[in-house]
Amino acid sequence: MLKLGVPSKGRLMEKTFEWFGERGVVLRKAGSEREYAGAVDGIEGIELVLLSAGEIPRELAAGRIHLGVTGSDLIREKLANWDARVSVIEQMGFGGADLIIAVPQAWVDVDTLDDLDAAAAAFRAKHGFRMRIATKYHRLVREFLRENGVADYQLVDSQGATEGVVKNETAEAIADITSTGETLRANGLKIIDDGLIHASQATLFRGVRDRWDDAQRATFKALEKMLNV
Amino acid sequence: MADLIGAEALRLMAAFEAAGAVPVEAAILQPASTLLDLYGEDIRSRAYVTSDPLRGEMMLRPDFTLPIVQMHMESRADPARYTYAGPVFRKQEHDESRANEFTQVGFEVFDGQNPAAADADVFAAIAGVLEGLPVRAATGDLGILMAAVHGLRTTGARKAALLRHIWRPRRFRAFLDRFGVRTPPPTSRVALLAMADPFANAGPDVGLRSRAEVQARIDALREDAAAAPISSEELALIDALLAIRETSPNALSALRDIAVDMPAIGPAVAKLVARLDALSERGIDVETLDFEASFGRTTLEYYDGFVFGFYAADRPDLAPVATGGRYDALTAVLGQGRAVPAVGGVVRPDLCLSLGGVS
Repeated sequence: MLKLGVPSKGRLMEKTFEWFGERGVVLRKAGSEREYAGAVDGIEGIELVLLSAGEIPRELAAGRIHLGVTGSDLIREKLANWDARVSVIEQMGFGGADLIIAVPQAWVDVDTLDDLDAAAAAFRAKHGFRMRIATKYHRLVREFLRENGVADYQLVDSQGATEGVVKNETAEAIADITSTGETLRANGLKIIDDGLIHASQATLFRGVRDRWDDAQRATFKALEKMLNV
Repeated sequence: MADLIGAEALRLMAAFEAAGAVPVEAAILQPASTLLDLYGEDIRSRAYVTSDPLRGEMMLRPDFTLPIVQMHMESRADPARYTYAGPVFRKQEHDESRANEFTQVGFEVFDGQNPAAADADVFAAIAGVLEGLPVRAATGDLGILMAAVHGLRTTGARKAALLRHIWRPRRFRAFLDRFGVRTPPPTSRVALLAMADPFANAGPDVGLRSRAEVQARIDALREDAAAAPISSEELALIDALLAIRETSPNALSALRDIAVDMPAIGPAVAKLVARLDALSERGIDVETLDFEASFGRTTLEYYDGFVFGFYAADRPDLAPVATGGRYDALTAVLGQGRAVPAVGGVVRPDLCLSLGGVS
């Protein structure tokens, strides 16, 4: 069996079901709405595994699922050296969201990473600690800021309601996912011009194939044909 | 293999002890906050972080420098020489073939009397223990680049910005290009400075960074916009300096040429001369010793003078066999007002063995 991991709830699940359905691969939840068992029609040899989108990168890398649908941001965040451990089969064209850096609108002097870096230096000199950026995307943000030579910041963990941390004075800036920017604006924040860290979308990934058997390889070929990827 | 590495580590330590070093030890678990304040958030991608229920975040030591400097600053012994051996731990996020745990043997000299002699002692001691191995040495001196920046005919704020990014070559370059108007300022900044009231469209004041701080930065931006650009002559001199990659005597004559137009680097070049003399006295062949003006700019950011590395001549895939340099500024940061000129280096006994034919 070739195991396909798909987000277990919400819009991401529905859109994924739709995307596969349009290509003749019918995915559905088996049994009651609350159950996380799945079924596949239209092709033989594929088992649907319903998982949280955040766990799909790990399961793919470990080889416990063979294919998986999740956000490209989650793959990059959760897997070091992601491109050696999974491959992109198809970008699915939905679930789009940008991982960006945002600062208070009141920081009229900060529009670029240059400005952020200079503000961070001054902030540290004045307050005695490194400027705090709240995020749950630690790896992506850290690598981005390193590449761009931003110093004197620290990352503080924020797993939810990240837009509120500046008001609460637990961080000075944030790095978070946004699709329209509305929540940011409502919280008095603005996006830095060159602060786009990653433009994420739902993507179909494949794990490494070295331990696949012939049947799994044949199933994958058939699936590729149906999906036209 | 572990026994062999242990034996090699003892050999190295004995050689450093013969050079006057006292053996010392350091804890494997180090408080994360000090390392983070020194190296910034980047250290998280290189050091293993763990947590202690009472002490908070701890790191498995990524090197010995920090605990050795702290120990020295508390002991107030001066001058002092130390040697140590033990495992260090480095996360490898990109290359699984690189070791994440390996032994380092170090030699550190805290001595402000004669920096050139201290530099040469450390380099010569390490060159001595590596004798016979197929390694090539590279040297540099961040003090020369820093002196060049200090000597630029421009504002103090610009010099401070450049010095802060000495260890981030891309950012350093971007700043030079901006200050020398090779690249124009971003349109957002031009627009901001053109506004009669920069806060006209400012949103609500939220967060810890106050309006006064924003205003202070706008004032600094205005001052910067009004300042004359760094001249193309000076930019060309910095470019010429950074491009130096020669044997030490050739590098020295190139630096002397540059010093004619940029006298500010004169004292730093004099230090290089004194160091080369001291190295020569210790039997190092300085005629063939490589000098790269940019060397040491991408390592952990604490070296601020002499820097060096020893590399396996035919094995570019291997990590450096030995590295080191001067870190006077680090002792000032950790010494709470007291600074002690310091220079040191580390050797990897495992790589010595594999280059020596033991595997």
